[in-house]
Amino acid sequence: MSEFLRAYLTVAVFAGAAGLLVALMLGAGWLIRPSRPTAQKSIAYESGVDPVGPGFGQSQVRYYIFALLFVLFDVEAVFIFPWALRLESYGLFGLVEMGIFIVILALGLVYAWRKGVLRWV
Amino acid sequence: MAAQNLVFAVLAVVAVLAALRVVTTRNVVHAALYLVAVLGSVGALYVLLAAEFLAAVQVLIYIGAIVVLFLFGIMLTRPTLGRESGLDNDQRWLAGITGLFLFGVLSYVLVEAFGDERLPRLEGLDREALTAERGTGAVGDAIFSTYLVPFEVVSVLLLAALVGAIVLARRE
Repeated sequence: MSEFLRAYLTVAVFAGAAGLLVALMLGAGWLIRPSRPTAQKSIAYESGVDPVGPGFGQSQVRYYIFALLFVLFDVEAVFIFPWALRLESYGLFGLVEMGIFIVILALGLVYAWRKGVLRWV
Repeated sequence: MAAQNLVFAVLAVVAVLAALRVVTTRNVVHAALYLVAVLGSVGALYVLLAAEFLAAVQVLIYIGAIVVLFLFGIMLTRPTLGRESGLDNDQRWLAGITGLFLFGVLSYVLVEAFGDERLPRLEGLDREALTAERGTGAVGDAIFSTYLVPFEVVSVLLLAALVGAIVLARRE
């Protein structure tokens, strides 16, 4: 196994240990606790206000723009990573190119701002 | 090499089982969450191929953003959530044949184009040199030389997508 993959073995062991810990704790709780379910216990807010209707409400299309803005700047971040790694060898040229890229995307943010879709009403 | 093959087998089985659940589950939200398992396994496969940058992109873009867009789309368009009947389409046998055909074509193209390629030996390369010369650094070099114009065009495309979404979603 190469040095590269051995470094990721640490990640795998860590993830495995985390999963095992959760399984152990939930499993121990499941073994020890008594189970006597009643209709009262299983409502969303026990001893609270009785829920009315289904739990699902259709969300508004306005929130879709927040998700799309997130995708936009996620993609921007992805392009910045390899650029930042090799910035020294690209020099001023790389700086200008990335500047154009970021400014064009920032125009989208300015447009969204001016149109008032960023307000969380 | 044996350990790598074992990890590949586990990840591949997880990806295929989760992919089957994506198309067989009756709950659309569960399908989206199974898709996270598929994409996560594929991302881990990228790490196994020493393509760390691609794995990070997979997690950031596909799991982080695309699945969120899917969930938003489901929440916007469905009147209710939960188990649904009648998700099967009448043309599923035709779709199955088309899928098999596509699988055949893609496999043939892959073997024909990359059948003789060998993975680079990673032993003996130190960690930083690997990232700078083979991995993320190589991606950066390609973006800022051969693919410079597509890189700038991507920003315009993203801007168009955002403006389009705002125009569609806003009530004038």
